[in-house]
Amino acid sequence: MSREMKQKLAFALLTAAAVVVVVPVLLVAGYIIWRGAGAISLEFLLSAPRHGLREGGIFPAAIGTVILTLGTAIVALPLGVGAAIYLSEYARDDLLTRLIRMAIINLAGIPSVVYGLFGLGLFVLFLRCGTSILAGSLTLGLLTLPVVISTAEEAIRAVPQSFRVVSVSLGGTKWQTIRHLVLPNALPGIITGVILGLERAAGETAPILFTVAAVYLPRLPRSIFDQTMALPYHLFVISTQVPGMPMTLQFGTALVLLAFVLSLNAAATIIRSHFRRRRSW
Amino acid sequence: MVTGAMPPTSAQPPSEGTCDAMTTTAVPSKIRVEKVSFAYSNAEALRAVSLDVYPHEVTVLFGPARSGKTTLLRLLNRLTDLLEGTRRSGHIYLDGQDIFAPDVDVAELRRRVGMVFAMPIPLPMSIRANLTYGLQLKGIRDRALLEARVESALRAAALWDEVKDRLEDPASSLSGGQQQRLCLARILALEPEVILLDNPTSGLDPISTSKVEASLHELRQRYTIIAVPHSVQQAARIADRAAFMLGGEIIEVGTAREIFTRPRDPRTRDYVEGRFG
Ligand SMILES: Nc1ncnc2c1ncn2[C@@H]1O[C@H](COP(=O)(O)OP(=O)(O)OP(=O)(O)O)[C@@H](O)[C@H]1O
Ligand SMILES: [Mg+2]
Repeated sequence: MSREMKQKLAFALLTAAAVVVVVPVLLVAGYIIWRGAGAISLEFLLSAPRHGLREGGIFPAAIGTVILTLGTAIVALPLGVGAAIYLSEYARDDLLTRLIRMAIINLAGIPSVVYGLFGLGLFVLFLRCGTSILAGSLTLGLLTLPVVISTAEEAIRAVPQSFRVVSVSLGGTKWQTIRHLVLPNALPGIITGVILGLERAAGETAPILFTVAAVYLPRLPRSIFDQTMALPYHLFVISTQVPGMPMTLQFGTALVLLAFVLSLNAAATIIRSHFRRRRSW
Repeated sequence: MVTGAMPPTSAQPPSEGTCDAMTTTAVPSKIRVEKVSFAYSNAEALRAVSLDVYPHEVTVLFGPARSGKTTLLRLLNRLTDLLEGTRRSGHIYLDGQDIFAPDVDVAELRRRVGMVFAMPIPLPMSIRANLTYGLQLKGIRDRALLEARVESALRAAALWDEVKDRLEDPASSLSGGQQQRLCLARILALEPEVILLDNPTSGLDPISTSKVEASLHELRQRYTIIAVPHSVQQAARIADRAAFMLGGEIIEVGTAREIFTRPRDPRTRDYVEGRFG
């Protein structure tokens, strides 16, 4: 085969690979929209399920997912960013640091159902949070930590070292430099990382199964010690546990969950490109 | 931290090879470097360097590449603290106070001894914010005071007329020469006592270069200046006093006239006359 032919073949194969990656995404999204769009109405979005979940809407589950996502952010953001600052700015390359890094890598590899059991054992039972938004948020927060830590650390390290030296040479202390120079410039990357982590948390079923999710709870939660419905679990229940369930409701629910996750994704993209345009190094 | 621990010989400049320069100077030195040796984790950079820097003079450190000029500047406001695995011996006194003493406020030291780097590095913020950054870290909130400092620093760095209408623009939108003057202004805003300039005209065109050189002559009246020039010719133009460095040592120190017209050490003579380096 001539060099030119090889070149063309490689190009064709790589293009095919890229297309093959995109096609399922479009198929999944297209199929869910096609099957679920019919179910979407104000009533569906704003009312509670009725008649053994076979009728009505998804309002409590949708709100529950929003609340759990916020709760996850509240847990994962300070912990994750704090750990990232420590690892990138303060940690020496010693045994403790290596242990922390190993823990983070392992945290990322744990199956989500194990997080669920762990949350049940630690938060629900041992710390007596009960099956509650608190326990669920803590569990989802833990699950999200590795993503938040690694993206935040990357964003912090991407702030050029020379800026830090300048800040210190202008009489800044280490903490002032982090607080007033490094963090503001790393913020877009940190936010992107947090949102990516939240996306995953928003769609998880197993971790909330034992820690917070209710099969049927038509009213909204009143405190962080209440249970709540949530979209992924609701979808699981109506897809597997309810005989004679109308398919459009399942696909409608899936569509709302997908839209929520994709809008988080869009927010991350907008934030990133907005700051990238403003950034000046 | 101005008075206190005066080293016993602080007012007595070193005599070695520079006697006649020193007899003309009765003022005590602003900075005294005493037998300072310094090594990075992987390389020795300074060997038993001694130097006196006098107030309201431009002291020039010149010599071939890697002779330790930047290292000496960085020691003077302890930027070398940022690196790990370095070794240092000897003493540096600022107004008679040991800058490595444990009770020294390093942030305050760096405000008193300001550094302008060889490469202009504007912080990723507006021109104004670059100038107020150090002041705000110091805790100054008073808007009127900040405004006044911004203007006076920009004027002193000969940049005010060019940027007064665009203070909110990102500092990175300035030209290289303007950025270099911005970095000088950023230090001046802190009202330092000593200014360290590492190759302040690197990458500047001849016009900007002469602007910077002219402003050095002005600045000398209010500050003590230590500069690393980009050439022997520039050294001769701006220096009141000069120290020739080679291989991490100061070979010879003296007034500009001595060093550039009748150096004592043959190595200085060769370098000044352009025979090596
Ligand atoms: N950050 C650093 N880490 C390790 N070694 C360094 C570092 N900076 C400088 N050195 C070494 O220290 C020695 C002195 O370097 P220094 O930068 O002080 O020289 P210089 O006179 O400023 O040179 P130039 O004219 O090229 O700027 C050199 O051998 C250099 O390689
Ligand atoms: Mg240098």
